[in-house]
Amino acid sequence: MTPLLKYTLRLADNALIIGHRLSEWCGHGPVLEQDIALTNMALDHLGQARSLYQYAAEQVNNMPAAEKKNLFTGDAIQGLIREGGMIDEDNVAYLRDGWDFCNILLVEQPNNDWAYTIARSFFYDTFNYFFYTELRNSKDTTLSAVAEKSLKEVLYHKRWSGEWMIRLGDGTEESHTRIQQAVNDLWMYTGEFFKMDEVDTTMLQNGDGVDLPAVKMQWEQRVAAILEEATLQLPPTGWMQDGGKQGVHTEHLGYVLAELQFMQRAYPRHVW
Amino acid sequence: MSDKVNNKPSEWPLWEVFIRSKAGLDHKHVGSLHAVDAQMAIENARDVYTRRMEGVSIWVVDSRFVHASNPDDAEAFYEPANDKVYRHPTFYNLPDELKHM
Repeated sequence: MTPLLKYTLRLADNALIIGHRLSEWCGHGPVLEQDIALTNMALDHLGQARSLYQYAAEQVNNMPAAEKKNLFTGDAIQGLIREGGMIDEDNVAYLRDGWDFCNILLVEQPNNDWAYTIARSFFYDTFNYFFYTELRNSKDTTLSAVAEKSLKEVLYHKRWSGEWMIRLGDGTEESHTRIQQAVNDLWMYTGEFFKMDEVDTTMLQNGDGVDLPAVKMQWEQRVAAILEEATLQLPPTGWMQDGGKQGVHTEHLGYVLAELQFMQRAYPRHVW
Repeated sequence: MSDKVNNKPSEWPLWEVFIRSKAGLDHKHVGSLHAVDAQMAIENARDVYTRRMEGVSIWVVDSRFVHASNPDDAEAFYEPANDKVYRHPTFYNLPDELKHM
Protein backbone atom coordinates (compact mmCIF):
# COMPACT_ATOMS: atom_id res chain seq x y z
CA MET A 1 0.00 0.00 0.00
CA THR A 2 1.38 3.43 -0.91
CA PRO A 3 2.04 5.88 1.94
CA LEU A 4 -0.52 8.25 0.42
CA LEU A 5 -3.27 5.63 0.43
CA LYS A 6 -2.48 4.63 4.01
CA TYR A 7 -2.44 8.27 5.08
CA THR A 8 -5.76 8.94 3.35
CA LEU A 9 -7.38 5.90 4.96
CA ARG A 10 -6.16 6.86 8.43
CA LEU A 11 -7.75 10.29 8.16
CA ALA A 12 -10.92 8.86 6.63
CA ASP A 13 -11.27 6.18 9.30
CA ASN A 14 -10.77 8.71 12.11
CA ALA A 15 -13.58 10.80 10.65
CA LEU A 16 -15.95 7.87 10.04
CA ILE A 17 -15.50 6.29 13.47
CA ILE A 18 -15.76 9.49 15.55
CA GLY A 19 -18.74 10.45 13.41
CA HIS A 20 -20.39 7.12 14.11
CA ARG A 21 -19.73 7.41 17.83
CA LEU A 22 -21.30 10.88 17.93
CA SER A 23 -24.25 9.66 15.86
CA GLU A 24 -24.99 7.09 18.57
CA TRP A 25 -26.22 10.03 20.65
CA CYS A 26 -28.93 10.82 18.11
CA GLY A 27 -32.22 10.72 20.00
CA HIS A 28 -30.40 10.21 23.32
CA GLY A 29 -28.87 13.65 23.91
CA PRO A 30 -29.31 15.18 27.37
CA VAL A 31 -31.33 18.03 25.88
CA LEU A 32 -32.76 18.56 22.40
CA GLU A 33 -30.33 21.36 21.60
CA GLN A 34 -27.24 19.26 22.33
CA ASP A 35 -28.74 16.24 20.60
CA ILE A 36 -28.92 18.32 17.43
CA ALA A 37 -25.46 19.80 18.01
CA LEU A 38 -23.97 16.30 18.22
CA THR A 39 -25.84 15.09 15.17
CA ASN A 40 -24.65 18.12 13.19
CA MET A 41 -21.07 17.36 14.14
CA ALA A 42 -21.48 13.66 13.38
CA LEU A 43 -22.55 14.68 9.88
CA ASP A 44 -19.57 17.04 9.54
CA HIS A 45 -17.26 14.11 10.29
CA LEU A 46 -19.15 11.86 7.90
CA GLY A 47 -18.80 14.48 5.17
CA GLN A 48 -15.04 14.61 5.72
CA ALA A 49 -14.90 10.80 5.69
CA ARG A 50 -16.75 10.70 2.36
CA SER A 51 -14.33 13.07 0.62
CA LEU A 52 -11.38 11.05 1.89
CA TYR A 53 -12.88 7.64 1.01
CA GLN A 54 -13.64 8.89 -2.50
CA TYR A 55 -10.00 9.87 -2.78
CA ALA A 56 -8.86 6.49 -1.41
CA ALA A 57 -11.10 4.60 -3.87
CA GLU A 58 -9.75 6.71 -6.72
CA GLN A 59 -6.18 5.87 -5.72
CA VAL A 60 -6.99 2.15 -5.62
CA ASN A 61 -8.77 2.24 -8.99
CA ASN A 62 -5.80 3.95 -10.62
CA MET A 63 -3.23 1.44 -9.34
CA PRO A 64 -1.68 -1.12 -11.69
CA ALA A 65 -3.28 -4.56 -11.14
CA ALA A 66 -0.12 -6.01 -9.60
CA GLU A 67 -0.02 -3.39 -6.86
CA LYS A 68 -3.56 -3.91 -5.69
CA LYS A 69 -3.44 -7.67 -5.22
CA ASN A 70 -3.00 -7.57 -1.45
CA LEU A 71 -4.21 -4.18 -0.32
CA PHE A 72 -6.71 -5.45 2.23
CA THR A 73 -7.03 -8.62 4.28
CA GLY A 74 -10.81 -8.97 4.05
CA ASP A 75 -12.12 -10.83 1.00
CA ALA A 76 -15.29 -8.74 0.80
CA ILE A 77 -13.39 -5.79 -0.65
CA GLN A 78 -10.32 -7.62 -1.98
CA GLY A 79 -12.66 -9.91 -3.93
CA LEU A 80 -14.21 -6.92 -5.67
CA ILE A 81 -10.79 -5.63 -6.60
CA ARG A 82 -9.69 -9.07 -7.81
CA GLU A 83 -12.71 -9.30 -10.10
CA GLY A 84 -11.35 -6.18 -11.73
CA GLY A 85 -14.20 -3.96 -10.57
CA MET A 86 -13.87 -0.32 -9.66
CA ILE A 87 -14.43 0.34 -5.97
CA ASP A 88 -16.17 3.36 -4.48
CA GLU A 89 -16.36 5.20 -1.17
CA ASP A 90 -19.04 2.85 0.21
CA ASN A 91 -16.97 -0.26 -0.52
CA VAL A 92 -14.04 1.21 1.38
CA ALA A 93 -16.19 2.13 4.37
CA TYR A 94 -18.41 -0.94 4.55
CA LEU A 95 -16.39 -3.85 3.23
CA ARG A 96 -13.09 -3.66 5.11
CA ASP A 97 -12.54 -5.71 8.26
CA GLY A 98 -11.28 -4.32 11.56
CA TRP A 99 -7.60 -5.06 10.78
CA ASP A 100 -7.86 -2.88 7.69
CA PHE A 101 -9.17 0.09 9.66
CA CYS A 102 -6.38 2.40 10.73
CA ASN A 103 -8.09 5.04 12.86
CA ILE A 104 -6.44 6.12 16.08
CA LEU A 105 -7.71 4.28 19.16
CA LEU A 106 -9.22 7.33 20.83
CA VAL A 107 -12.05 7.74 18.34
CA GLU A 108 -13.38 4.20 18.79
CA GLN A 109 -13.68 4.50 22.58
CA PRO A 110 -17.29 4.24 23.74
CA ASN A 111 -19.48 7.21 24.61
CA ASN A 112 -20.02 6.00 28.21
CA ASP A 113 -21.51 9.24 29.49
CA TRP A 114 -21.59 12.91 28.60
CA ALA A 115 -18.21 13.54 30.26
CA TYR A 116 -16.40 10.80 28.27
CA THR A 117 -18.01 11.99 25.07
CA ILE A 118 -16.91 15.56 25.72
CA ALA A 119 -13.37 14.64 26.78
CA ARG A 120 -12.91 12.39 23.73
CA SER A 121 -14.17 15.13 21.39
CA PHE A 122 -12.06 17.76 23.14
CA PHE A 123 -8.82 15.80 22.68
CA TYR A 124 -9.69 14.88 19.11
CA ASP A 125 -11.13 18.22 17.94
CA THR A 126 -8.14 20.10 19.31
CA PHE A 127 -5.80 17.74 17.47
CA ASN A 128 -7.89 17.88 14.31
CA TYR A 129 -7.86 21.66 14.30
CA PHE A 130 -4.07 21.99 14.43
CA PHE A 131 -3.60 19.00 12.12
CA TYR A 132 -5.90 20.30 9.39
CA THR A 133 -4.40 23.78 9.74
CA GLU A 134 -1.04 22.24 8.78
CA LEU A 135 -2.52 19.91 6.18
CA ARG A 136 -3.72 22.92 4.19
CA ASN A 137 -0.09 23.32 3.14
CA SER A 138 0.08 19.80 1.72
CA LYS A 139 1.43 19.56 -1.82
CA ASP A 140 -1.27 16.98 -2.42
CA THR A 141 -4.05 19.15 -3.76
CA THR A 142 -6.88 16.81 -2.71
CA LEU A 143 -5.66 16.58 0.88
CA SER A 144 -5.13 20.32 1.10
CA ALA A 145 -8.61 20.96 -0.32
CA VAL A 146 -10.22 18.59 2.19
CA ALA A 147 -8.28 20.32 4.97
CA GLU A 148 -9.36 23.75 3.81
CA LYS A 149 -13.02 22.75 3.63
CA SER A 150 -13.00 20.84 6.93
CA LEU A 151 -11.27 23.50 8.93
CA LYS A 152 -14.35 25.70 9.33
CA GLU A 153 -16.27 22.74 10.74
CA VAL A 154 -13.43 21.67 12.98
CA LEU A 155 -13.06 25.19 14.33
CA TYR A 156 -16.62 24.98 15.62
CA HIS A 157 -16.11 21.46 17.02
CA LYS A 158 -13.04 22.64 18.92
CA ARG A 159 -14.94 25.57 20.35
CA TRP A 160 -17.94 23.42 21.34
CA SER A 161 -15.98 20.70 23.12
CA GLY A 162 -13.60 23.22 24.73
CA GLU A 163 -16.50 25.14 26.24
CA TRP A 164 -18.10 21.96 27.54
CA MET A 165 -14.81 21.00 29.21
CA ILE A 166 -14.89 24.29 31.11
CA ARG A 167 -18.58 23.98 31.98
CA LEU A 168 -18.19 20.47 33.35
CA GLY A 169 -14.83 20.99 35.07
CA ASP A 170 -15.84 24.27 36.64
CA GLY A 171 -19.44 23.15 37.21
CA THR A 172 -20.81 21.04 40.05
CA GLU A 173 -18.84 18.63 42.20
CA GLU A 174 -20.31 15.69 40.29
CA SER A 175 -19.58 17.12 36.83
CA HIS A 176 -16.03 17.97 37.94
CA THR A 177 -15.40 14.44 39.23
CA ARG A 178 -16.82 12.82 36.11
CA ILE A 179 -14.95 14.93 33.58
CA GLN A 180 -11.67 14.53 35.48
CA GLN A 181 -12.20 10.75 35.43
CA ALA A 182 -12.87 10.81 31.69
CA VAL A 183 -9.75 12.94 31.07
CA ASN A 184 -7.63 10.53 33.13
CA ASP A 185 -9.02 7.42 31.43
CA LEU A 186 -8.74 8.69 27.86
CA TRP A 187 -5.35 10.36 28.30
CA MET A 188 -3.36 7.26 27.33
CA TYR A 189 -4.94 7.29 23.86
CA THR A 190 -3.69 10.80 23.03
CA GLY A 191 -0.03 9.83 22.49
CA GLU A 192 -0.92 8.09 19.24
CA PHE A 193 -1.91 11.42 17.63
CA PHE A 194 1.72 12.46 17.45
CA LYS A 195 3.64 9.25 16.88
CA MET A 196 5.40 9.43 13.52
CA ASP A 197 5.79 6.12 11.71
CA GLU A 198 7.23 5.41 8.24
CA VAL A 199 4.06 6.55 6.51
CA ASP A 200 4.04 9.89 8.36
CA THR A 201 7.75 10.42 7.78
CA THR A 202 7.56 9.68 4.04
CA MET A 203 4.52 11.92 3.64
CA LEU A 204 6.23 14.73 5.54
CA GLN A 205 9.44 14.42 3.48
CA ASN A 206 7.43 14.61 0.27
CA GLY A 207 5.74 17.79 1.44
CA ASP A 208 2.38 16.00 1.52
CA GLY A 209 2.01 15.24 5.23
CA VAL A 210 2.02 17.02 8.57
CA ASP A 211 4.83 17.42 11.09
CA LEU A 212 3.17 15.75 14.08
CA PRO A 213 5.65 16.87 16.78
CA ALA A 214 4.93 20.48 15.74
CA VAL A 215 1.20 19.83 16.12
CA LYS A 216 1.90 18.23 19.50
CA MET A 217 3.30 21.45 20.92
CA GLN A 218 0.24 23.43 19.88
CA TRP A 219 -2.11 20.71 21.13
CA GLU A 220 -0.42 20.52 24.54
CA GLN A 221 -0.59 24.27 24.99
CA ARG A 222 -4.27 24.50 24.18
CA VAL A 223 -5.21 21.42 26.24
CA ALA A 224 -3.27 22.69 29.27
CA ALA A 225 -4.90 26.13 29.01
CA ILE A 226 -8.44 24.72 28.80
CA LEU A 227 -7.89 22.21 31.59
CA GLU A 228 -6.57 24.98 33.81
CA GLU A 229 -9.59 27.16 33.08
CA ALA A 230 -11.78 24.13 33.80
CA THR A 231 -10.00 23.67 37.17
CA LEU A 232 -8.95 20.18 36.04
CA GLN A 233 -5.67 18.36 36.59
CA LEU A 234 -3.51 17.65 33.55
CA PRO A 235 -2.66 13.93 33.75
CA PRO A 236 1.06 13.06 33.95
CA THR A 237 2.52 12.22 30.53
CA GLY A 238 3.04 8.53 31.36
CA TRP A 239 2.70 5.47 29.15
CA MET A 240 0.69 5.81 25.97
CA GLN A 241 -1.29 3.11 24.15
CA ASP A 242 -1.09 2.98 20.38
CA GLY A 243 -1.76 0.52 17.55
CA GLY A 244 -4.80 1.87 15.72
CA LYS A 245 -2.79 3.39 12.89
CA GLN A 246 -1.31 -0.08 12.28
CA GLY A 247 -4.72 -1.78 12.43
CA VAL A 248 -4.37 -3.13 15.99
CA HIS A 249 -7.50 -1.98 17.80
CA THR A 250 -9.22 -2.06 21.15
CA GLU A 251 -12.16 -4.45 21.50
CA HIS A 252 -14.59 -1.60 20.84
CA LEU A 253 -13.99 -1.21 17.10
CA GLY A 254 -15.52 -4.60 16.29
CA TYR A 255 -18.82 -3.59 17.84
CA VAL A 256 -18.81 -0.29 15.97
CA LEU A 257 -18.20 -2.04 12.65
CA ALA A 258 -20.79 -4.74 13.36
CA GLU A 259 -23.46 -2.07 13.61
CA LEU A 260 -22.06 0.22 10.93
CA GLN A 261 -21.49 -2.47 8.29
CA PHE A 262 -24.36 -4.83 9.04
CA MET A 263 -26.59 -3.95 6.10
CA GLN A 264 -23.90 -4.17 3.44
CA ARG A 265 -22.53 -7.41 4.89
CA ALA A 266 -25.91 -9.09 5.28
CA TYR A 267 -27.27 -7.84 1.95
CA PRO A 268 -24.23 -7.28 -0.30
CA ARG A 269 -24.55 -4.44 -2.82
CA HIS A 270 -27.99 -3.66 -1.51
CA VAL A 271 -29.16 -0.14 -2.34
CA TRP A 272 -32.12 1.86 -1.12
CA MET B 1 -45.07 35.69 33.73
CA SER B 2 -41.38 35.50 34.52
CA ASP B 3 -41.99 32.92 37.24
CA LYS B 4 -43.71 30.61 34.78
CA VAL B 5 -40.81 30.56 32.35
CA ASN B 6 -38.46 28.58 34.55
CA ASN B 7 -40.11 27.19 37.60
CA LYS B 8 -38.34 23.82 37.47
CA PRO B 9 -34.87 24.18 38.97
CA SER B 10 -33.56 21.21 36.96
CA GLU B 11 -34.53 22.81 33.66
CA TRP B 12 -32.28 25.26 31.83
CA PRO B 13 -33.65 28.76 31.27
CA LEU B 14 -35.62 29.51 28.12
CA TRP B 15 -34.33 31.87 25.42
CA GLU B 16 -36.09 33.50 22.48
CA VAL B 17 -34.16 33.28 19.23
CA PHE B 18 -34.08 35.90 16.47
CA ILE B 19 -32.36 35.22 13.16
CA ARG B 20 -31.37 37.66 10.41
CA SER B 21 -31.62 35.72 7.19
CA LYS B 22 -29.38 38.07 5.21
CA ALA B 23 -27.57 41.34 5.60
CA GLY B 24 -29.93 44.31 5.55
CA LEU B 25 -33.02 42.43 6.72
CA ASP B 26 -34.50 42.48 10.22
CA HIS B 27 -33.87 39.85 12.83
CA LYS B 28 -37.04 37.74 12.98
CA HIS B 29 -38.31 35.63 15.83
CA VAL B 30 -37.89 31.96 14.89
CA GLY B 31 -38.56 30.10 18.13
CA SER B 32 -37.10 29.36 21.52
CA LEU B 33 -34.67 26.97 23.16
CA HIS B 34 -33.05 26.06 26.46
CA ALA B 35 -29.49 27.02 27.47
CA VAL B 36 -27.63 27.80 30.68
CA ASP B 37 -26.30 31.17 29.52
CA ALA B 38 -26.30 33.58 26.58
CA GLN B 39 -23.16 32.08 25.05
CA MET B 40 -24.65 28.59 24.99
CA ALA B 41 -27.97 29.97 23.78
CA ILE B 42 -26.27 31.48 20.71
CA GLU B 43 -24.46 28.23 19.99
CA ASN B 44 -27.60 26.17 20.48
CA ALA B 45 -29.45 28.57 18.19
CA ARG B 46 -26.72 28.07 15.59
CA ASP B 47 -27.21 24.30 15.81
CA VAL B 48 -31.00 24.25 16.00
CA TYR B 49 -32.04 27.15 13.74
CA THR B 50 -29.28 27.77 11.17
CA ARG B 51 -28.44 24.25 9.97
CA ARG B 52 -29.99 24.89 6.58
CA MET B 53 -28.37 28.26 5.94
CA GLU B 54 -31.26 30.20 7.44
CA GLY B 55 -29.17 32.98 8.89
CA VAL B 56 -26.16 35.25 9.05
CA SER B 57 -26.76 36.72 12.50
CA ILE B 58 -28.36 35.53 15.74
CA TRP B 59 -29.90 37.38 18.66
CA VAL B 60 -30.99 35.60 21.81
CA VAL B 61 -33.08 37.15 24.56
CA ASP B 62 -33.74 35.64 27.95
CA SER B 63 -37.45 34.83 27.76
CA ARG B 64 -37.95 36.31 31.25
CA PHE B 65 -37.43 39.74 29.73
CA VAL B 66 -40.19 39.43 27.16
CA HIS B 67 -43.33 41.14 28.43
CA ALA B 68 -46.47 40.24 26.53
CA SER B 69 -49.88 41.84 26.15
CA ASN B 70 -52.74 40.05 27.86
CA PRO B 71 -55.14 38.14 25.54
CA ASP B 72 -58.00 39.37 27.76
CA ASP B 73 -57.21 42.90 26.61
CA ALA B 74 -57.68 42.02 22.95
CA GLU B 75 -61.06 43.74 22.66
CA ALA B 76 -59.86 47.03 24.08
CA PHE B 77 -56.50 46.87 22.38
CA TYR B 78 -57.24 45.89 18.81
CA GLU B 79 -60.92 46.17 17.93
CA PRO B 80 -61.07 49.97 17.96
CA ALA B 81 -58.83 49.94 14.87
CA ASN B 82 -61.35 47.89 12.89
CA ASP B 83 -63.47 50.77 11.58
CA LYS B 84 -60.72 53.30 10.99
CA VAL B 85 -59.83 52.62 7.37
CA TYR B 86 -58.70 56.25 7.01
CA ARG B 87 -55.53 55.24 8.86
CA HIS B 88 -54.42 53.36 5.75
CA PRO B 89 -52.88 55.67 3.15
CA THR B 90 -55.32 54.45 0.48
CA PHE B 91 -57.00 57.79 -0.32
CA TYR B 92 -54.11 59.42 -2.10
CA ASN B 93 -54.02 59.73 -5.89
CA LEU B 94 -50.72 58.38 -7.00
CA PRO B 95 -49.05 59.54 -10.22
CA ASP B 96 -49.12 56.84 -12.96
CA GLU B 97 -45.32 56.77 -13.17
CA LEU B 98 -45.17 55.41 -9.62
CA LYS B 99 -45.16 51.64 -10.00
CA HIS B 100 -44.13 50.11 -6.73
CA MET B 101 -46.33 51.50 -3.96
